[in-house]
Amino acid sequence: MRGPHDVGGLSAGPVDTAPHNATFWEKEIDALNQLLAQKGYRKTDENRRAIENLGHDVYNTLTYYERWAGALGRVLIDKGVLTQDEIDAKVASVRARLGADAA
Amino acid sequence: MTNHAHHHDHDHAPAHDHAAPPQPDEKIHSYYQILGLAMKELLIEKGIVTPDEIRRMIEFRDSITPATGAAIVARAWTDPAYKQRLLADGSEAIREFGLDMGGTTLVVVENTPAVHNVIVCTLCSCYPRNVLGLPPSWYKSREYRARTVREPRRVLAEFGTQLAADVEVRVHDSTADMRYLVLPMRPAGSENMDAAELADLVTRDCMIGVAVPKAPAC
Amino acid sequence: MGREFSPGTRVRVREDFPFGHIRTPVYVRGKEGVVMRRFGSFPNPETLAIGRDGLPKKALYEVRFRQADLWPDYQGALCDTLDADIYEHWLEQV
Repeated sequence: MRGPHDVGGLSAGPVDTAPHNATFWEKEIDALNQLLAQKGYRKTDENRRAIENLGHDVYNTLTYYERWAGALGRVLIDKGVLTQDEIDAKVASVRARLGADAA
Repeated sequence: MTNHAHHHDHDHAPAHDHAAPPQPDEKIHSYYQILGLAMKELLIEKGIVTPDEIRRMIEFRDSITPATGAAIVARAWTDPAYKQRLLADGSEAIREFGLDMGGTTLVVVENTPAVHNVIVCTLCSCYPRNVLGLPPSWYKSREYRARTVREPRRVLAEFGTQLAADVEVRVHDSTADMRYLVLPMRPAGSENMDAAELADLVTRDCMIGVAVPKAPAC
Repeated sequence: MGREFSPGTRVRVREDFPFGHIRTPVYVRGKEGVVMRRFGSFPNPETLAIGRDGLPKKALYEVRFRQADLWPDYQGALCDTLDADIYEHWLEQV
């Protein structure tokens, strides 16, 4: 009944007012999103809908920009700009290159 | 906040990254962060975006800071005709500073002795980025988005801001294409300051509405 | 067939919970407020979100609510208010 994003009025703890500067990765996702909107590959409303459709568990587990990355992937696949296979293959190669240990 | 990834602390600069490598203390470890990087590389490979465009967009975004908004506020404080233009049509008035709202509309709301405005976007994180730059983390947090509409005075108190009971606290939830900027009250004792000095009094938090400008030091 | 509300009109937000991308927050649904101003008309975000063109445009209104009307346990001042920007198809005249 209530999407994971529709949080107005729900109970929550104190606001963490400390500054947390955006990391370079986050700035890149932000810039990428802007560029793709400018070039007509995605609309703000499509992006928001994709974020809302991540579901409560995923929405509340991911950070703000991680949600953007997830939503962007969904939108680009739905529009046929990228395929799931391409993404999976590139994720594997990036992961191997970074030597990161991700789920 | 829990993370899907079972991660080690690796500091790696990707060997073939087209843009500048991440900061040394960044740890790219979650699936979604890797996904972001993967999509960027694919989009570059397909010629949909170029590394140069990304770099220039980051630089453009970085060029807009709260100082950008502070200059607008300072001008409104010193130029009554500009203030009227700003309140009547914010999007048009900021063009005088070479700024553009893109597809959204800037609505400037004025603090008075009777009304104190505070801005939130409960549904996502709508923010006047073209005037203030990127929003602070707390603005995008669940805590701020959930509580500001319901208990604004308590949230303001967490920022050290108290309003008298006879001041109307007016919350603006940016639910559509309007982007809100608070025009704070000019502090007493600032009568002899010029626009540049006044701008220094105006912090980002004053233009979101969780703070008020400090009175100038004597 | 757009609904037009002049400033000062008392309105009630529809108490509906449709699926899809909605920009009317749950906390104002079913609540009464006053139209302050009309912001113009815009493509409908609900249909833009699924790749359509968002036409016909919908009028957008700034609606002011008393906080005491939104929250039964509101702890702030009686004069406190909240403004939300609501599309005309979510509003009914009271």
